[in-house]
Amino acid sequence: MRAVQSQVPGRGPLPVVGEADLDGKFVVTVMELSGEDGLLGCIQCGTCTGSCQLSSWMDYTPRRIVDMVRKGLAREVLASRAIWYCASCYYCTVRCPRGIKLTEVLYALKSLALARGYAEPGAPAPAFYRTFFEVVGRYGRLYEPGLMIGVALRSGFGRLFRLAPLGLGMLRRGKMALLPERVRAVDEVRALMERVSRGLVRR
Amino acid sequence: MSEVRIAVYVCHCGTNIADKVDVAGVREFARRLPGVEVARDYQYMCADPGQELLRSDIRERGINRVVVASCSPRMHEATFRQVLESAGLNGYLFEMANIREHCSWVTEESELATHKARALVAAAVKRVRFHAPLEERYVEVNQKALVVGGGIAGIEAALKIARAGKKVWLVERGPSIGGKMAGLDKTFPTLDCSACILTPKMVEAAQHPKITLLSYSEVEGVDGYVGNFQVTVRRKARYVREEDCTGCGTCYQKCPKKVPSEFDGGLSHRKAIYVPFPQAVPNVPVIDRSNCIRFQTGRCGACEKFCPRDAVDFEQEDEFLTLEVGAVIVATGYETFQPQEAPQWGWGRYENVLTARQLERLVNASGPTGGKVLLRRDGEFTDEVPKSVAVLHCIGSRDENYYPYCSRLCCMASLKLAHLIREKTGAQVYSFYIDIRSAGKGYEEFYTRVQAEGIQFIRGKGAEVLERDGQLYVHAEDTLLGAYREVPVDMVVLSTAVTPAPGAERVAQIFGIQRGQDGFFLESHPKLEPLKTATEGIYIVGCCQGPKDIPDSVAQGAGGAAEVLSLLTAGRVQISPVVAEIDAEACSGCKVCVPLCPYSAIKYDEERGACGVNEALCKGCGTCVASCPSGALSCRHFTDEQIYAQIEEVSSL
Amino acid sequence: MRRYWYYPGCSGHASARDYQRSVALISPALGLDLVEVEDWNCCGTTAMTSVEPRLSVVLSARNLALAEEAGGRADLVVTCNSCYAILRRAQEQYARRREVRAEVDEALAGIGRRYSGTVRVRHLLEVLVRDVGLDALRERVRRPLSGLRLAPYYGCLLGRPRNDFEDPEEPLSMDRLLEATGATVVRFDRKSKCCGGALITTHEEAALELVREVLSEAAAREARAVVTACPMCQFNLDAYQAKVNAAFGTRLRLPVLYFSQVLGLSLGFGASELGLGQRFVPVGGVGKL
Repeated sequence: MRAVQSQVPGRGPLPVVGEADLDGKFVVTVMELSGEDGLLGCIQCGTCTGSCQLSSWMDYTPRRIVDMVRKGLAREVLASRAIWYCASCYYCTVRCPRGIKLTEVLYALKSLALARGYAEPGAPAPAFYRTFFEVVGRYGRLYEPGLMIGVALRSGFGRLFRLAPLGLGMLRRGKMALLPERVRAVDEVRALMERVSRGLVRR
Repeated sequence: MSEVRIAVYVCHCGTNIADKVDVAGVREFARRLPGVEVARDYQYMCADPGQELLRSDIRERGINRVVVASCSPRMHEATFRQVLESAGLNGYLFEMANIREHCSWVTEESELATHKARALVAAAVKRVRFHAPLEERYVEVNQKALVVGGGIAGIEAALKIARAGKKVWLVERGPSIGGKMAGLDKTFPTLDCSACILTPKMVEAAQHPKITLLSYSEVEGVDGYVGNFQVTVRRKARYVREEDCTGCGTCYQKCPKKVPSEFDGGLSHRKAIYVPFPQAVPNVPVIDRSNCIRFQTGRCGACEKFCPRDAVDFEQEDEFLTLEVGAVIVATGYETFQPQEAPQWGWGRYENVLTARQLERLVNASGPTGGKVLLRRDGEFTDEVPKSVAVLHCIGSRDENYYPYCSRLCCMASLKLAHLIREKTGAQVYSFYIDIRSAGKGYEEFYTRVQAEGIQFIRGKGAEVLERDGQLYVHAEDTLLGAYREVPVDMVVLSTAVTPAPGAERVAQIFGIQRGQDGFFLESHPKLEPLKTATEGIYIVGCCQGPKDIPDSVAQGAGGAAEVLSLLTAGRVQISPVVAEIDAEACSGCKVCVPLCPYSAIKYDEERGACGVNEALCKGCGTCVASCPSGALSCRHFTDEQIYAQIEEVSSL
Repeated sequence: MRRYWYYPGCSGHASARDYQRSVALISPALGLDLVEVEDWNCCGTTAMTSVEPRLSVVLSARNLALAEEAGGRADLVVTCNSCYAILRRAQEQYARRREVRAEVDEALAGIGRRYSGTVRVRHLLEVLVRDVGLDALRERVRRPLSGLRLAPYYGCLLGRPRNDFEDPEEPLSMDRLLEATGATVVRFDRKSKCCGGALITTHEEAALELVREVLSEAAAREARAVVTACPMCQFNLDAYQAKVNAAFGTRLRLPVLYFSQVLGLSLGFGASELGLGQRFVPVGGVGKL
């Protein structure tokens, strides 16, 4: 809970939705990818937003994201800041009065944003997710120094310097291995990733 | 018997059937079936000209079996049976083929639908050949009635029956009648005082010469059948003799043991000997045994010592009564969702988070604060008035995690409470809602009025109540602004869902009432038979059937009384001849069927060494027939011969 | 000794080695034989699930298949809440969604493995509370932690999304376990709030607010330490506490321990063998009980 700044949306000209801009198939894509077919039953009560500890950081509230998906505002949803603020805490999912698994929907939206190139390359969350993917592809497990350096390469070295003290602190406390652990059958892991990701994230 | 001469009628049902099914084709198909003398198709078989077709064919063409291919037998079987009777033919020499619900409405392709219609008609034609005439019988109806549940719906029903001159037993589980309405302060949308309009009815019910009030009593079992029920009632020991008590109140003034008051939602205390509220009817205390010092330790006995009438009786025991009645009205009411199972709304965690029912007690002049809305601290009321209050709608309602249905009355109740809080405290009141459902006479007008009073309406469900530094915050989205809000308030009121009453399952079992998915009692038809149940002679009124406000509960109470009175006044009731019968010779007396019968219609006869069916109780469901290992049981109108003929035919096409 | 397959997760071999050490110490003492699954891989966690929702399902499926192949009792014990939720999600999707099941079967077949759905994923906390039992734990306590005020922090993924172990809003298992050690468990309304662990590297500013939110209540309730059941939560609350203090001007100084370490103390193990030294906010007096 933070002191919520007054940042009521709607500065600037009113949005006008042109019917031609609406992607009628978007909701179907999202439902298929997320396995959440209850999206059409949302009653727009805002329980998701009210339960979300990150709502105040978002450009669109989670409730609004759901309605935008339903109405086919694909570009606006995939280019939004909101989807990258989901911390996967699952409060919206367990509290939704219509049983919509919104966390799963958010996974799907992030994935679509990456695959369709909406996520800016230097933006922190996409960079982090892409690097994570590569590190696990290389070692089969997470290797924190690799992750840190990879993220820095993607989003600028300023970041590496900011992360350095933490990394050193971890080393000193025996919380970080200098050398990576590698799964012996790392080929198996790579094969699994190849098959499911279908090259989605390699751009 | 003479030669079988069958008439087949294929109904168009306007376009309902004819649009999908080639009715002329089905008719021609039927004409060639063995035994068929006449085959016709017609627009509406249920209409007068359609019925007339049947009648004239029976009279003029010597028809002695009839098949109508139309809708569900639930709709019109009785109609056509009467037509047969009016033409001098027994109504059971008739069979209906359902080519609407089972066929035209549910089949995509016309050709397939026609094929299925042919199969269903052929099966009916084959079956009707084996039908035998059956005679309907009548039994006398006992002229007394029982009403179970003394809330406003039950009271209304009992009064209406009694005023018509019929004897009524009114059984109430708690120590007083009055139900949930007795705990309310004002009623929407007119804001008249709940107690002022309820108590006269309570008193009339208690004093009416035709009503016997059995409070602190529960129905334990029901035997018999429509018109002739035997009902066992347990009169729980009150430990106070009703006939001696004057209601002076000395006993509970002297009682040293304090217990949280159920009536006040735990916001005040009652004694171990108590009346639940000052206007209780009957005004006779009960001793709550589990909290009584005398019962628990053997000491005390203050109430007995000080009672000026010697009405306290620790030796009293439960008594059992058997009532003979012709009809029963069940009006066992509802409960509200207890939000301790949903900690996100803070009830039980923060003492200034109250349920709507608790707040009703606060705003009530006879409540724990004398009608003041006050904040609590460390379990006690302070004299501090809240400066801001949030009313949260839909807590537990419209929510798949709790109760998926809309509780219907809480929008208006919440508006009313918002108004009362504002009026009494001048506080800033926030109303967190999903939709305002104000469908009812004068309801939308009331909403308009409350809006004008300056209540802050936030369209967004209160998602969570959290305390920080001693301040409560309601977290929600203001969906109309598209903004996340954390609204600081001093008090939160939760408008909790209307739920089935505790014990509804047992009541349903005792009276043979079905329950819907939501746990409320199921009416026999959602539109046309809202008060009847699956068991004839048992009616349901009020919130036991589903959430209702006071006007609707009262209307249903009166409607239930009309059902009872029409049954009692008719004096006799028809019994269906479609029942199971036992071939006593073949019965081995194994009794497998006895516990299986859902209507307790089968009894074992020791002398004959065989089971017997009570035809008045039997519904002809066939469970026993299927279970009988020696094949001694059969069901009239559903004999093996008839069913096999139908199955063979329907599966041969 | 009861035997279980054990999945330490990536952090178990890195940032949460102290957690691992304490688990390795207390398990045999409580009659548990935890055998690490051979050659396990990363479960996929939130990051991979966000790249492709099914990715963590197939990655987890390999781990489940490994546990199944290893045979015997098919309980797979995890100590990380994120692994717990992700592995359970994989199981749930495998069981419920036909298309996912087909994809997983096919992908596993491609690497010469198969999974038939028999593994039960369980958190160590559940094993302790249910299989060992609170009474047995109480009996083994040699050094009751009387007077130690602890705030049990469950985080998101022990009870959410719904599972058959914990309540999504008001989890209680760790409360009971800590009570069994003789400690005093403080009321903690934010015990299942999110600490922002998944966002700390990407949206630090936002995540720090969530860390502050959790720790502030623990401090206000006068807890001496916060106890977690997850390496992500532990690291986030511990390593970023200084940053929270810097950002918000707070003076938080709450050691963040694992429940296994607290339990270990009560069973009589020493602070250093339980790895209590390996943290950013020193345990101070808590370890010297």
